[in-house]
Amino acid sequence: MSVTAARVEPSIAGVGDYIELMKPRVMSLVVFTALVGLLLAPGHVHPVIGFTALLCIAVGAGAAGALNMWYDADIDARMARTAGRPIPAGRLARGDALAFGLTLAVFSVVVLGLLVNVFAALLLAVTIAFYVCVYTMWLKRSTPQNIVIGGAAGALPPMIGWAAVTGDLALQPLVLFLIIFFWTPPHFWALSLYRTEDYVRAGIPMLPVVSGATETRRQILFYALILAPLGTAPWLLGYAGLLYGVVALVAGAAMLGLAFRVRTEQRGHIASKQMFGFSILYLFLLFAMLLVDRFSAGLFGPLIGGLAAGA
Amino acid sequence: MDDPTREQKPEETGIKLTEQQQRARRARSIAIGLALAALALLFYIVTLVKGPGVLERPL
Repeated sequence: MSVTAARVEPSIAGVGDYIELMKPRVMSLVVFTALVGLLLAPGHVHPVIGFTALLCIAVGAGAAGALNMWYDADIDARMARTAGRPIPAGRLARGDALAFGLTLAVFSVVVLGLLVNVFAALLLAVTIAFYVCVYTMWLKRSTPQNIVIGGAAGALPPMIGWAAVTGDLALQPLVLFLIIFFWTPPHFWALSLYRTEDYVRAGIPMLPVVSGATETRRQILFYALILAPLGTAPWLLGYAGLLYGVVALVAGAAMLGLAFRVRTEQRGHIASKQMFGFSILYLFLLFAMLLVDRFSAGLFGPLIGGLAAGA
Repeated sequence: MDDPTREQKPEETGIKLTEQQQRARRARSIAIGLALAALALLFYIVTLVKGPGVLERPL
């Protein structure tokens, strides 16, 4: 019997490959939603501490992305959308991705705990663990409800941002959590409708693979029907003003309109692609308007108050 | 008289990096160095910002 040691080739991975491992586009959305949570929270946080919190959340999201790519390298290689990622493309070894992801995860949580507060660090640790262990390792390959339950990981960053300021949670960040949570299924199922072949090849039980396109279109509409009114909740609950309410109503109506179009689309995937693209804009609009609403009240509130008093 | 065989160096048997591998390794080393420097700077600035309360970490 002969024993041959596997020869480990020196890495050719560049800095860009490691950045790609951190899923920068996902990271940017995570940072933005966390920023909104941080700025909406009552109380004051020093800008340096706020920056540190956002940096840790960004690095934590990057760690989760790297660990996801480490675990999913086999199925990434079988999907056209992901075959060019650093590991399946052969530019980066799986072990290196694992070491990178674990290092970032530990650093982000420890630094957040040391420099900001322990509760926010615990939430970040839960988010990373949920995304990697619950979504990536378990749900993704075993149930068509993978992105529904796994969506909780993507919905937590506003709560971490809030907790970085206050050290606890309240109803307001929970509403933000719910908006992202119910936004996730129509967003990803719209994508999976026109990427079904990829998911079949990779053996991932996405809803269109398991239950078919018709059921997926029905479920997209179902979640859009929950999401559209939920998007107005910050206004209805008094956390945001009329400006936010109007934008949430109009954008929610557009989401519903697109969901109806996806539901009735017989051939092609034009509506699905529009739904996927618009869903990103929808979430961005809602969170951006929360910021605009918050800061316009601070800027123009005294002026409006003064005008009212003078009238 | 010197022994001519002593002049000969033994052939290198280790892994020899290609130019691409050397470039990648250098870029990674610089990135790690910059990241560590940034982390040290961050801790320094936060220490200045928090002052004596730097070790107070509320839950």
